[in-house]
Amino acid sequence: MELVCPAGTPAALRAAVEAGADVVYLGFRDETNARNFPGLNFNRAELRAGLDHAHARGVKIYVAINTYPEAGNAGPWHRAVDSAAELGVDAVIAADIGLLDYAVRTHPDLRLHLSVQASASNPDAIRFYHEAFGVHRVVLPRVLTIAEIAALNPRIPVETEVFAFGGMCVMAEGRCSLSSYATGQSPNTDGVCSPASHVRYDRAGGKLVSRLGGFTINAYPDGEPAGYPTLCKGRFVTAGEASYLFEEPTSLNVAGVLPELMAAGVSALKIEGRQRGRAYVTRVVTAFRQAIDAVARGAPAMGGDLSAITEGSRDTSGAYTRGWR
Amino acid sequence: MSTPAAARLSLGPLLFNWPVDEVRDFYFRIADEAPIDIVCIGEVVCSKRAPFLAPYMDEIADRLGKAGKEVVYSTLALVMSARETAMVKGLAKMSGDDGRLIEANDVAGVALLAGKAHVVGPFVNVYNEGTLAWLAANGALRVSLPGEIGAGALRHLAAMRPCELEVQVFGRQPLALSARCYHARVHGLHKDGCQFVCAEDADGMALETLDGQSFLAVNGTQTLSHGYVNLIAEMAELVAMGIDCFRLWPHSCDMVAVARQFRDVLDGHTDAGAAERHLAEITGGVRFVNGFYHEREGAEQVAAQPGAYQTGA
Repeated sequence: MELVCPAGTPAALRAAVEAGADVVYLGFRDETNARNFPGLNFNRAELRAGLDHAHARGVKIYVAINTYPEAGNAGPWHRAVDSAAELGVDAVIAADIGLLDYAVRTHPDLRLHLSVQASASNPDAIRFYHEAFGVHRVVLPRVLTIAEIAALNPRIPVETEVFAFGGMCVMAEGRCSLSSYATGQSPNTDGVCSPASHVRYDRAGGKLVSRLGGFTINAYPDGEPAGYPTLCKGRFVTAGEASYLFEEPTSLNVAGVLPELMAAGVSALKIEGRQRGRAYVTRVVTAFRQAIDAVARGAPAMGGDLSAITEGSRDTSGAYTRGWR
Repeated sequence: MSTPAAARLSLGPLLFNWPVDEVRDFYFRIADEAPIDIVCIGEVVCSKRAPFLAPYMDEIADRLGKAGKEVVYSTLALVMSARETAMVKGLAKMSGDDGRLIEANDVAGVALLAGKAHVVGPFVNVYNEGTLAWLAANGALRVSLPGEIGAGALRHLAAMRPCELEVQVFGRQPLALSARCYHARVHGLHKDGCQFVCAEDADGMALETLDGQSFLAVNGTQTLSHGYVNLIAEMAELVAMGIDCFRLWPHSCDMVAVARQFRDVLDGHTDAGAAERHLAEITGGVRFVNGFYHEREGAEQVAAQPGAYQTGA
């Protein structure tokens, strides 16, 4: 099982390599990737240096070019694919049909993975991306149970990669316009969700209120730690009652179901968090390296204590277990 | 470029869980009275609801077809289980029988309908010319574009127009899909034992912020905008761009009257300002939004520019 780890900076890349990543994934510093945050990601020179560093240590580099190209402006996305191919990355992770078509026609030897942003959650959709564009691997949307993943794997001609740890989309990825409804900034086209530029914290009625765009996402009585107002982790009122309707502020953590995921035939585990710092990357990658190696030996998936760095110090196996639905 | 007379109105698939006899009566009335050209039918949101509607589908399609409507069968939008996969396959197999047209709302449908005439629905991501051209070459006669696409992108796509293009112009904007059922969650249930509580809310369950601001609407596994998209004031511009079809989402308000407002504006029988006032009455004062079209927050209502309305009598 391949361990695929995030890097938003050259320092995080080196940390992931050091901590035992099999693969580091990253994006270019523009709107072509789904973590288009200020001060993050790689320019061409940094990618070249990162490739040299990783390849010298037997670690692969995948480049995420996984937003949907803007109508009338495909240039940046095409140039990103060209650069990735020319620099010799090990795979490009893409979601858009038109971009996959460009990539396979222009760079037939470039290995393509289907991004989670394509939301391919069934055998017919996955086979389509393989047959039409030669996609070798699909990153599964966080909507399937382990039983469904186990049933899926023998029916598709490609590898599957699943999210293992970190921020968790509650909605099917690539099919969510909640952020753009509130802020005008879209994960699909701008590569951001609930962007910091639209976040405000106000004090009102003895509470700290977190807002996104024009909407209150949560309110914390004095003394309660305030979280980041990611839209789908907010507290809202339905039928007269306030609740975390979509999801509690929680992080995904599959450490508890690692043997089951391996038995389901999953090829790779992905750690979310290209926006995270070097220390976080070191800690999570180290823990999952130990966990994967332990399970491979037939030992329990110990892998260190990650609870201190999960959101709200809580974690969930999410959609992987049926009761979540 | 299309002329205004060529512009067609379509009715999207019913997204909500209405009692099946009401669904049948709704479509019969659409067949008999609504100036709508295309009607999409079938369950898009939740596969658990589909068996209730299934026995009525032929009757509904027959009545709509006899009334001269183009009937389109819509697939599920999020296909996960073997049963859901089989549902999409079943629809794809019917494609072409007696001219049956299927709308793919998941890439599974795009795959299964390759080489056959079909429609691509708004739950498939089509943001740019490359994807649009690919889908048209794959057999798409019409592509219904995602709701978050703004006027600038629409202009680029319409300039290319390798197939018919459709834009959503009325109703709550579908914003997200999930494996998790939020209706069940509100009622302390799980999706597997949901008791079909989504049937309690004919237009979705209102979701407010903690300070009482209307924000979203919950429809089982789907999340929609609380505001109703209303592009009546933008219709002239959309037609001028070359958009062919205009999708109205079914709601519990008088959809025949809604359709008449859009048809009258398309035909130049009324001006958009008057039609907008009528729509406000028909919908009982819901908040209208049009921010996505204007490349703003989707929840925004951007006032019509002077001159954007067609001049009325």
